[in-house]
Amino acid sequence: MRRRRGGISMTDAQASAKPSISPLYDPRVRAFVYQAALLLVLGFLVYEAVVNASMNMRARGIPTDFSFWNRVSGFDVNQTLIDYSAVSTYGKAFWVGLLNTLLVGAIGVVLTTFVGFAVGIARLSPNFVVAKLATFYVEILRNTPLLLQLLFWYNAVLKPLPNPRDSISLGAGIFVNNRGLILPDPQWGPGADWVMWSLVIGCGLALVFRAVARKRQADTGQILPVGLVSLLLIVGLPLIVFFAMGRPLGFEIPVLRGFNFAGGVRVLPEFVALLLGLVLYTAAFIAEIVRAGILSVSKGQTEAAYALGLTHGQTLKLVVIPQAMRVIIPPLTNQYLNLIKNSSLAVFIGYPDLVQVFAGTVLNQTGAAVQVIAITMAVYLVISLVTSFFMNIYNRRKALVER
Amino acid sequence: MKRFVATLVATAALGALAFPALAQSGSKTLEQVKQKGFLTCGTNTGLAGFGLPDDKGNWTGLDVDLCRGVAAAIFGDPSKVKFIPLSAKDRFTALQSGEIDVLSRNGTWTQSREAELGLLWAGVNYYDGQGFMVRKKLNIASALELSGASICVQQGTTTELNMADFFRTNSMKYEGVAFADINEAVKAYDSGRCDAYTTDASGLYASRLKLVNPDEHVVLPEIISKEPLGPAVRQGDDQWFNLVRWTHFAMINAEELGVTKANVDEQLKSTNPEVKRFLGVEGDFGKGLGLSKAWAYQIVKAVGNYGEVFDRNVGANSSLKIKRGLNNLWSKGGIQYAPPVR
Repeated sequence: MRRRRGGISMTDAQASAKPSISPLYDPRVRAFVYQAALLLVLGFLVYEAVVNASMNMRARGIPTDFSFWNRVSGFDVNQTLIDYSAVSTYGKAFWVGLLNTLLVGAIGVVLTTFVGFAVGIARLSPNFVVAKLATFYVEILRNTPLLLQLLFWYNAVLKPLPNPRDSISLGAGIFVNNRGLILPDPQWGPGADWVMWSLVIGCGLALVFRAVARKRQADTGQILPVGLVSLLLIVGLPLIVFFAMGRPLGFEIPVLRGFNFAGGVRVLPEFVALLLGLVLYTAAFIAEIVRAGILSVSKGQTEAAYALGLTHGQTLKLVVIPQAMRVIIPPLTNQYLNLIKNSSLAVFIGYPDLVQVFAGTVLNQTGAAVQVIAITMAVYLVISLVTSFFMNIYNRRKALVER
Repeated sequence: MKRFVATLVATAALGALAFPALAQSGSKTLEQVKQKGFLTCGTNTGLAGFGLPDDKGNWTGLDVDLCRGVAAAIFGDPSKVKFIPLSAKDRFTALQSGEIDVLSRNGTWTQSREAELGLLWAGVNYYDGQGFMVRKKLNIASALELSGASICVQQGTTTELNMADFFRTNSMKYEGVAFADINEAVKAYDSGRCDAYTTDASGLYASRLKLVNPDEHVVLPEIISKEPLGPAVRQGDDQWFNLVRWTHFAMINAEELGVTKANVDEQLKSTNPEVKRFLGVEGDFGKGLGLSKAWAYQIVKAVGNYGEVFDRNVGANSSLKIKRGLNNLWSKGGIQYAPPVR
């Protein structure tokens, strides 16, 4: 309101170029004064709030500094991606929680993209049953609270699994019980480095081949089998090296000992429940975004592609999806951010994420509520901003195609 | 433009109003409580014997009765309490921020909680220790056989820390599964997610009643820690601290003097000078606490003495049937001891 009026009168002033106006009536001066006054008042309020809070906190003996960061925590966490024990510091507990949040966020974002795209495309399928099933999925998951879904996955699906002594064996040393999913722990032997390097080289060669094939197609119209060759290079090459080196891979098979399986890698049921809940819930929204994106591409594009003799798959891949992506990416970013932020609901099902470990136990143990909550908020802010930063770069690249 | 100026003025006025109010909330809790007309008491979200609402929303328990005692001392009416159920994780923040006046939620009195959280423990209304509960069919006789076990625990408790200490001391491995809410932790144990559930021994007996088949579970004999449980208040208001502390002492003194809920009116005619002072027949000992002469009379009349409160909620007359043990009077082999009223 204010700005618009200022803007109009400013152009008026420039157009008629009246020489001398009293500063009292100069809209530019007035606008500046008002803005400065607002800023001053805001600054004063923030300053007062901070000073007042810290004064009151100090008066009551509540810590106001960050000295707790380097003190010994004294509690354990049941899923740690870095070395952590009860003799580690609160600072380390923060990193443990943060990494657990990032783990579920990163895997969740990737999985939910696949599920979301699949369901979104399925909703537009000409097959009646597939389309209706996808609609059913979207409407059920989108219209029930996420917390309820998490509790459902945790309490109704995972906890009724048998106890370790009656574990379900899936063969190949994989077991499922109510302590989680127990997998054999891969033990790399000598020569495993070569397999790793051959994988890297395979990927590199596949990229080179793709570039060559593209150029070939542009020059001559000939289409090379990129998919097949890439598969051979990425999977086949390391496999050949793997056997050539005498199979340098052993597995530590989990064995039932005492209360639970010893050895092997264990995936916590809390993690699986959280991941399932987040992925399936967010995928319902992504499906709708994808559907909207595809429908936004005019039908003429599809018809033109068919007229040129492209198959249904080629039309989708080469004509429809690239154009749909422009519509899809911005709201998709929102869904990624939602998934990451929603992962803080982990606290209800006992998954040790940032909120559970840091804003829960550390806060309670140290009493530094203001500092801990401020750090936690800052962390989520940074994660969200970084995610949108990369999505914006991707978006700009996709948007450039538009003419 | 006028609207903008008006907003500015309003914001400034609001700020000016809000800040002095905040600054004052550190003291004069009693006056605020009197002004509100009721006491705000932080309780457990649901622990039989200590703080549990029934189907009509009436709270009962040892910790709950302490709050009722405080309300009775101030208002002469034990019903003037608003109970705020709090998880272990949120309880201290709620007290620090002034959301509640007193925290009576089986909280363990520790050095760091007083020195670093800005709180003070007004006394110990239950001497407890941490134990473990397991399924009978596991055939375990001692907590030392728990190596490798998954153990459910409530997050943000001393229990979580003691468990880490215990397993470290005995160089045993374990997996702690921490839940924010006690009910979630017990449910997870009951469903088989954990081999054992750990909390204060009293809490184990109380939680066992909530399990699907209480008889299939057994509490192991080891007590691995000292857990003095009691009501806590904010630092910086000595009058309020005294009031809560002496409410607890009044209940113990009443038991020692033989004053009960039933005979308190008769005892007003007692010739024993100690009883006379206690019930306010002689002298005015309530004044210094900011209370009336009959403060202790009102407490006993409302909730009874410590022994009665104990028996009714966790002892012989309750479903928990916990023995008095350490919580007996000092004169009867326990360590509950209160300074005299004089």
